[in-house]
Amino acid sequence: MARVHLWASLRRFAEGQEVVEVDAATVGQMLDALERAHPGLGPAIKAGLSVAVDGEVIANNRSAPVKPDSEVFLLQRLKGG
Amino acid sequence: MARDDVKTGYKLIGTRPNRPDGLDKVTGRARYGADFSLPGMLHAAVVRSPHAHARIVKIDASKALALDGVKAVVTRADLPTGLTGEDLNLQDNTLAGDTALYDGHAVAAVAASSALLAQDAARLIEVTYEVLPHVTDVDAAMAPGAPVIREGVADYSVPEGMHGNVARYMEFGHGDVEAGFAAADIVRAQTYRTEATHQGYIEPHACVGQMGEDGRGEMWVCTQGHWYIRRMCAAVLGIEAANLRVTPSEIGGGFGGKTTIFMEPLSLALSKKAGGRPVKLVMSRSEVLRATGPTASASMDVKLGMKTDGTITAGQVYFRMQGGAFRGMSPIGEALPCAFACYDIPALKHEAVEVIANRPKAAAYRAPGSPMAAFAVESLVDEMCRELKLDPIAVRLKNGATNGSKSSYGPVYNVIGLKETLEAAKAHPNYAIPLGPNQGRGVASGFWFNHGGETSVTLAVGEDGTATVMIGTPDIGGSRASIGLMVAETLGIPYENVRVNVVETGALGVNEPTHGSRATFASGKAAVEAARQAIAEMCRRAAADWGIDADAVEWKDGAAHPAGPNAGKHPPMTIGEIGSKMGSTGGPISGHHEVTAEGVGASFGTHVVDVEVDPETGRTTVLRYLVVQDAGTAIHPAYVEGQYQGGAAQGIGWALNEEYVYGADGRLQNPVFLDYRIPVASDLPMIDTVIIEVPNPGHPYGVRGVGETGITPPLPAVASAIAGATGARIRSLPCSPPKVLAAIKAART
Amino acid sequence: MSKIHVSTTVNGDPVEFLADPRETLLDALRNQLDLTGTKEGCGTGDCGACSVTVDGTLVCSCLMLAAEANGKRVETIEGMAREELHPLQRKFIEHAALQCGYCTPGILVAAKALLERNPDPTDTEVRYWLAGNLCRCTGYDKIIRAVQDAAAEMRQDHRGAA
Repeated sequence: MARVHLWASLRRFAEGQEVVEVDAATVGQMLDALERAHPGLGPAIKAGLSVAVDGEVIANNRSAPVKPDSEVFLLQRLKGG
Repeated sequence: MARDDVKTGYKLIGTRPNRPDGLDKVTGRARYGADFSLPGMLHAAVVRSPHAHARIVKIDASKALALDGVKAVVTRADLPTGLTGEDLNLQDNTLAGDTALYDGHAVAAVAASSALLAQDAARLIEVTYEVLPHVTDVDAAMAPGAPVIREGVADYSVPEGMHGNVARYMEFGHGDVEAGFAAADIVRAQTYRTEATHQGYIEPHACVGQMGEDGRGEMWVCTQGHWYIRRMCAAVLGIEAANLRVTPSEIGGGFGGKTTIFMEPLSLALSKKAGGRPVKLVMSRSEVLRATGPTASASMDVKLGMKTDGTITAGQVYFRMQGGAFRGMSPIGEALPCAFACYDIPALKHEAVEVIANRPKAAAYRAPGSPMAAFAVESLVDEMCRELKLDPIAVRLKNGATNGSKSSYGPVYNVIGLKETLEAAKAHPNYAIPLGPNQGRGVASGFWFNHGGETSVTLAVGEDGTATVMIGTPDIGGSRASIGLMVAETLGIPYENVRVNVVETGALGVNEPTHGSRATFASGKAAVEAARQAIAEMCRRAAADWGIDADAVEWKDGAAHPAGPNAGKHPPMTIGEIGSKMGSTGGPISGHHEVTAEGVGASFGTHVVDVEVDPETGRTTVLRYLVVQDAGTAIHPAYVEGQYQGGAAQGIGWALNEEYVYGADGRLQNPVFLDYRIPVASDLPMIDTVIIEVPNPGHPYGVRGVGETGITPPLPAVASAIAGATGARIRSLPCSPPKVLAAIKAART
Repeated sequence: MSKIHVSTTVNGDPVEFLADPRETLLDALRNQLDLTGTKEGCGTGDCGACSVTVDGTLVCSCLMLAAEANGKRVETIEGMAREELHPLQRKFIEHAALQCGYCTPGILVAAKALLERNPDPTDTEVRYWLAGNLCRCTGYDKIIRAVQDAAAEMRQDHRGAA
């Protein structure tokens, strides 16, 4: 199960957990599974997230692979100027 | 010192050919936003609120419409209802709904047969306001008793109990900061403030829009991203995106401020109401400063724990930012991860709130959030280095992020070049120049994530063997030249035989704007893939002609060569030969590539600045400025140097002079270049640059975006240099002469 | 308000147009004469993007009324190149002394005016002369280098011709 790290202010939508385990083969499946398990995370996911999977930032790609032992961080969607 | 001594094995990449648009720009032929005209064109003017916060009671345009030559007036009533979220924000900012939210907020627009007549007509539009209480300062907006200026602005992230003006909240971190502070030898906490600044592009926003009764339209506009403009105008006007074709003009600067819409939909709405006549809308400088997208103002608390040997044991930040009267516009989401991005610290806590205020809708400004965060963190690091008498570069080397270290915001860094920039700064002759009286030296490092994003590129081979590349990222700083170099290198043909065109929305798939330091990276990467696709097809054509397997053909120096067992059996077939026959060998030869580009590499930089402060006037003179930054691979070194120097100049302006000044009435006091003082030629020395090249493995030529990092280190570096020169630390930008004098005086008592 | 008939010479060509009394020379150049090389950056004489010369004097065309150009000789960026580019124009391209290019016409006109008065300026003299021309992209470094390189070439040519 991939381990998804929630930033501190998201934890209250996941019963205070800092890390949530998720069964998913892609970033898209991971986000969908997170939302199903914790509907309170829905608004944050809809607002737009980037993720970092095993250290690599995936800005916007639902089909990017997630391995069974991946370490995933959720990040705010980044803009530039 | 340039990178000419670094060997890369490239033929063209790393050289400095002339940019393709250079001739047009030095002769005045290049066409910018306001340089375009159409037959039957009308001119528009915008009516703007003179109040920071006011209910709009009534708009009476009858006197304006009675003037001969006035063809149309639009107000919010002409725009569709039912929008939500960011689309609603855009619509609210294009034309105020029932409330004007900042000084300069657009309330109505008029189109007439001349620009002067349009301005006369605008003055005749009578707007009745009911003035409401306002708030413009970021901390004042959260203070108990501050008026709540919009209801229900908080999103899901805001915990219970925060002030009604708080729109967003963020918190993240790792490790045990309390234990980290306990383990430190000194723990220091300070508050730093930055004021709003404007990107300051010399070209005001300008567009020509035309829309018929059927809702189909076209626009010519100066923009960093015409697909964004298309999508946003379509949303605000309630039309389908495909019904609008947007063509980008040459752009006279953007720096993030032209990645969104401000008044563009008005030209289309006016055009439709005026029977489909084209409408030109050009902003004045004071409109640009009052009513486009300056950056946020910030109030930032930083706490750091450090051992006497310079090891940083823990860090904590709490940032408060305002991005205008609209949720989501301040860069707290970028500022927090940037705060400690240059460091590898075991315990960190980040917290931020975004508040709304009666100010214009903020837009991105070159590494949004990063300069403010760096001002706070790098200043405190410098204060503690001076207290412990440690060298600022040594402390950054000791604690610096490196390959494989876990970043402050979660991901693990792949290959990065921070330490290389620190070493190069330390070794540079500038770092050893002795300082005289009233002089000081400041050092700071900075970071930007860089970005990939949606990219679509097409390449076509010409009958004469030249290549035309269609890209969707407007050229702000020379990217046409860089992409031309990459394509020429890949195809093995002369740079002069490649033409790179920025094409309109109807000619390519979606492209994200030129922002996030992505154009050379993402459009370049896609252009290389498109070139490779064309190469594969050209090899197939040659193989067919020779009657051999396509796999047995290789491409070298602009020609197909038979390889393997067939090597030498046929003379090479050049791109020109293949191109001249392509009509009869299968048809036109193209390559294309569409991708949401990944493989981004961050760019780190270290700056060193020497200043002299006049203790009688408080004036700071910049004596020497050094930018050292990692470009991955400098495709065109002159344009990389240009980005380094330009970013430094903007940062110096932000550190020394630039600030938005709001009066007690909530109005912007300095909406002209005389009083919003950006650096002029006599303010600056030559800006020394060193290009570090730690290639990014995620790009075929190792490119890292370079446009944004450079504006980040100057804010803390200049303040630290002033501290060195005067003994007085300024924690509230800009370090303008009155503030420097006050700080010197306070330090003496 | 009735319009004012203006007869003037622009880049060596005699031209006539009808000007609104409030119309600036900048507006007339751009909108009446289709000479869009001269730019508006601020409209208040602070940025220099509208720089032209009038009877040989460097002026901000946004601060001058079109009607005031009557009988005068106006030179804009479009008149800078003759049969070939002016050395300043060439050097700006070579030195990458422009990025977005919006300030470039004004800076070229101003730099040309400087070198006509002072063919061998110091860097400081160049910087102070150009202090009225804002550039937001380059930080001015490559602009100063380009101006000095052009000045050196022009001094050389002048010596060669003498």
